[in-house]
Amino acid sequence: MSIAEPETRPYSREWLLSDRPTSRRQARLGRAYIVWRRFAENRLALVGLAILILLLVVAAFADVLAPHNPVQGDLRNARLLPPGTAGYLLGTDDQGRDILSRLIYGSRLTLLVVVLVAVIAAPIGLIVGTVSGYAGGWIDAVLMRITDIFLAFPKLVLALALVAALGPGIENAILAIAVTSWPPYARIARAETLTFRHSEFIAAVKLMGASPFRIVLRHVMPLCVSSLIVRVTLDMAGIILIAAGLGFLGLGAQPPLPEWGAMIASGRRFILDQWWVAAMPGFAILIVSLGFNLLGDGLRDALDPKEAGQ
Amino acid sequence: MTLPETSVATRRNRRRASSALASVLRFAVTVVTTVFGLLLVTFFIGRVVPIDPVLAIVGDRAPAHVVERVRLELGLHLPLYEQFYIYVKQALSGDFGTSVLTTNPVLEDIKRVFPATIELATIGTLLGAFIGVPLGVLAAVKRGSIADQVVRVIGLIGYSVPIFWLGLLSLVLFYAQLRWAAYPGRVDIVYEYSFTPVTNFYLLDAAMQGQWDVVWDLFRHIALPGSLLGYFSLAYISRMTRSFMLNELSQEYIVAARAKGLSEARIIWFHALRNAAVPLVTVIALSYANLLEGSVLTETIFSWPGLGLYITNSLQNADMNAVLGGTLIIGSVFVGINIFSDLLYRTLDPRTRNR
Repeated sequence: MSIAEPETRPYSREWLLSDRPTSRRQARLGRAYIVWRRFAENRLALVGLAILILLLVVAAFADVLAPHNPVQGDLRNARLLPPGTAGYLLGTDDQGRDILSRLIYGSRLTLLVVVLVAVIAAPIGLIVGTVSGYAGGWIDAVLMRITDIFLAFPKLVLALALVAALGPGIENAILAIAVTSWPPYARIARAETLTFRHSEFIAAVKLMGASPFRIVLRHVMPLCVSSLIVRVTLDMAGIILIAAGLGFLGLGAQPPLPEWGAMIASGRRFILDQWWVAAMPGFAILIVSLGFNLLGDGLRDALDPKEAGQ
Repeated sequence: MTLPETSVATRRNRRRASSALASVLRFAVTVVTTVFGLLLVTFFIGRVVPIDPVLAIVGDRAPAHVVERVRLELGLHLPLYEQFYIYVKQALSGDFGTSVLTTNPVLEDIKRVFPATIELATIGTLLGAFIGVPLGVLAAVKRGSIADQVVRVIGLIGYSVPIFWLGLLSLVLFYAQLRWAAYPGRVDIVYEYSFTPVTNFYLLDAAMQGQWDVVWDLFRHIALPGSLLGYFSLAYISRMTRSFMLNELSQEYIVAARAKGLSEARIIWFHALRNAAVPLVTVIALSYANLLEGSVLTETIFSWPGLGLYITNSLQNADMNAVLGGTLIIGSVFVGINIFSDLLYRTLDPRTRNR
């Protein structure tokens, strides 16, 4: 005799929170809703999310939002104007370019770096980690030794050396940062894989004749994704800072691209008299990486209540 | 199934002995392969990644015979594995090539500049530990209070701020406006000749020679970059301290200590912190290693003549030998500190022994 589930309106709160979902989609949406509620309780995490949405909007509508050309300035009338000058909210730099417009366009470069690094590094880490954890034995030993070797270099220093060899430029900077970013992801994916490597559902899939390739791809990887997302989000701030550092040293995006780190470098010469040229891009970097940190913290607490508050 | 007591004991001893041997072996393998890997990576970066390593050294205006000579000197006509063999042999005997910029052997340069970086990183870590640990304890004890939030925000900003930017701003404020700090550099030019460093750890040297005016000047120079690095290490250390302390404070022995009627201060500082101190040592060691990295950008801002400035200067002049030598040294020190903290952890925490 089964107890009839009271009818609930689809997509309502009760439907989402039901502990007897009738479809796979309901279960998934319900889980997501619970995670979201836990996430939304954390005000700082919401602030982080807001900052990132703002970044996305600014990057998407840079053409509309920017009041001036980010690359060509008014050399005759608008050199090194202080913030608050009519028409130039955040002042201008030594080439008469509006700093606000450059920051707005620069958000695209920041987003590009972050997204590309995540897209390159996270899958590498995921593959190395899951294969290593699932296969075990000498494959595990070799892959983890390689991971440890990359972990042995401080990120910035290895990225510096790589860009020095590859030549400066934003593509090479992205590549260098990605090469230095994947090892922690591999570690996490491996640790996660080890926790359910011997569990029954894996044994069941194996019994049904799934190849190791299929098991890793379809059954192991999806389970590692959520902890990986948290870690990648938490790493984003660090990635932005390294990219800015490379830009500051002249190894990242090249002029006249409005990369925030490079903008600080170009403002360095006037730092004592026209402080705003170097100060403004720094605030932009600080706000965006703070946003990623807040979001990452919030995600970690929401997805992994065990560690919440620690 | 029950076994006689003695047999269990001997078995356990035998197992312990063999596991100790195994862990020593595993440790040796780890060190050797990691160093080998570091060399492989720097070799790869120096020889394989650049399209033409000769061009990277002599520039594109060098005459053909120079290019040919450098190619032979570098051994680029040899197969890669032979090149790597020579590279490893030279690196292990301390030969990282000659710096194009300073014309000195790279190792000699590094020996000269490294103490400056160590001095800076040590000051930073000391500041970070002495301020960060109490802050972390405070945040954990008063969890959820205003103090906790403040410590959290201080930490989060530390994680999010570009260090070179904060350095520039602090120069504007403390050097240009307030005139508290000294001009970027390590020591005033006035003392450059009256003061002869022995160990290249200037603060130590000056104090030993009793030149207190020099010590004061050195202090005014190191104050800004030192506190900047200190802030970064504080952000990390306070966060980890908070987390470890929260973990300890929720343990049963704390309840027992409270039930015994111990004072709260005694419970926090003697019972909980002592247990939290074990992982904290690792964290502080790691933060020291991170400061070696953070010093790269900080030294650039403050013209601090350490390894970081050496690497960035060499970068700007396409001096790959110096860059890779410096990278290798920082990597090795990084590995060394990691191993050291691991060993320290094992000696401090009896639970991890014989594992």
